[in-house]
Amino acid sequence: MNSAIRFSGVSRHYGAVKAVDDVNLDIAEGEFFAMLGPSGSGKTTSLRLIAGFERPTAGEIHIYGEEAQSIPPYKRPVNTVFQDYALFPHLNVRDNVAYGLMVAGVGKKQRAKSADETLEMVALGAYGDRKPSELSGGQRQRVALARALVNKPKALLLDEPLGALDLKLREQMQEELKSLQRSLGITFIFVTHDQSEALSMADRVAVFNNGRIVQIGTPEDIYYRPQQPFVADFVGSSNVLPPEFVAKLTGKTAHGSLRPEAVHLSETGHAAQIKSVSFLGTATRVSMTIQGVAMTMLVPKGAVIPKAGDTATVSWADDDLHLMAVQ
Amino acid sequence: MSRHTNAAVSLSDLLWRRPNLLLLILILPPALWLGIIYLGSLFALLAQSFFSIDEFSGVIQYELTLKTYGELFRPANFDIIVRTVVMAGAVTIGAAVVGFPVAYYAARYARGKWKAIFYLGVMMPLWSSYLVKVYSWKLILAKEGILNWLFETLHLGWLLNAYLAIPIIGGNSLSVSSTGTFLVFLYVWIPFMILPIQASLERVPHTMLEASGDLGARPYQTFLHVLLPLALPGVIAGSIFTFSLTLGDYIIPQIVGSSRRFIGQAVYAYQGTAGNIPLAAAFAVVPIVLMAFYLWIAKRKGAFDAL
Repeated sequence: MNSAIRFSGVSRHYGAVKAVDDVNLDIAEGEFFAMLGPSGSGKTTSLRLIAGFERPTAGEIHIYGEEAQSIPPYKRPVNTVFQDYALFPHLNVRDNVAYGLMVAGVGKKQRAKSADETLEMVALGAYGDRKPSELSGGQRQRVALARALVNKPKALLLDEPLGALDLKLREQMQEELKSLQRSLGITFIFVTHDQSEALSMADRVAVFNNGRIVQIGTPEDIYYRPQQPFVADFVGSSNVLPPEFVAKLTGKTAHGSLRPEAVHLSETGHAAQIKSVSFLGTATRVSMTIQGVAMTMLVPKGAVIPKAGDTATVSWADDDLHLMAVQ
Repeated sequence: MSRHTNAAVSLSDLLWRRPNLLLLILILPPALWLGIIYLGSLFALLAQSFFSIDEFSGVIQYELTLKTYGELFRPANFDIIVRTVVMAGAVTIGAAVVGFPVAYYAARYARGKWKAIFYLGVMMPLWSSYLVKVYSWKLILAKEGILNWLFETLHLGWLLNAYLAIPIIGGNSLSVSSTGTFLVFLYVWIPFMILPIQASLERVPHTMLEASGDLGARPYQTFLHVLLPLALPGVIAGSIFTFSLTLGDYIIPQIVGSSRRFIGQAVYAYQGTAGNIPLAAAFAVVPIVLMAFYLWIAKRKGAFDAL
């Protein structure tokens, strides 16, 4: 696999603020790559560094083998779908999509034809004459996608593109983006703070925190084998167990990560004081403490639900307790 | 005390139940002012333009006629209109060209202290008397003024003289040339161009410009295809000010410039010493018609689409 985007020790500092700090990463051609992290973790700045809206204060960025620092955004073979879509309000949908072709000097007829074809691809073939203000959020999102794709970029950058959509539309767009990526075969780089989105869509995920990448791996790696308490906590709100507690359980001094769904009520095991209970629909989340350590578990539908204030016995399989080295 | 409170409460209740009544109370005074005093007097003036003046006796004849409008097309009067429109157009274009970068800087880059300095810099000239500013400019532009001195000191006096030798825009010195009139108009009206452009640029999201660059547009293409169309309502709003203010002004061309008259001066002269109110009124209609036409064209060209 050829490298599409490579960061070598890339930093973007604003005075004392280290928005991106010594990031190394290598995204392969044709990969669906997610950058996951809380707000302010550096994921969006990393995307903007690829697009060329920001310039690194240190390090090197290569885009398809070419050193990118001195290449302005308008010459880079990447296109962006913006979080707020950034559609041009004075142009209709067709002219929005054809914008990239227009500035490249493609003839009027040809670019209208390409724009209509691309709109067809995102199921908006009949909307060419409308203004962006006449479209729903989901439709605008598709126009933004079509506008970025019409230029046939080598990599598509998506900055929280589904953030403004409601849950149902978001799930539908996740599917569509994934199949679109497979059929086009181009690199997708996707920024999100939604861990389930990252896990369900991406081939690989980079988890960002405080301007650095704390872990890169497949969704399974990230979910089941977090290397740091932050990853365990942020991805799937795992129970992060302190080293002293883990030492009592296993004899090894390490942070432990235990998925809420791996903890269950049982006959024998650890005594737990139930603190609160919340009904989630598919399951019930129970917060409790075991020997002073706060933990949550997910109790599936049908089981007997303990009440706040109760004492219950819980256990988990040894395999489900994942250990992370203390740093 | 309690009665008073009860009355106030019941009034509040009444207004809450009848929101249209509140609206009426709020809108009535300005509507009366605008309708009767402001527009009423304007129409009273305009009505005069349909009367005519007896050329021998100088008495106004109160019969409806278009004769006075015909007078506007006499070469001497028509020249005044053309001169004024050309000047207003030049001032508007000049103000847009000079004002846009200033507004762009203020909207995109100025923050905190620099934003305050920008507002102060743009607004401060408006705090001093218009007449003071115009007379100051007369001194700056005079033959003995600082501008002439600067050209002489830089050994560029010949350049200024060559420029002043050009007919129409030149003259004996800058202070008695149309160029001088243009410069003073530009100075006096430019805040009215900068502020609306700045307001419209403020509303253009930064991602819009990034999106344009991202899609392959070079900076000049982004300016042409995104920034300018989105700022156009501001430019049009500014141009309405600069254009109409220049069309109607009669003081600046009197103090700085050649002796050739502008519409405002014609109105001033005809309604005063000449006693020809109908022709003065007809002249006053010209800027109104021109502005209406200008706005109609602007709307048709889609200048307000991005609003």
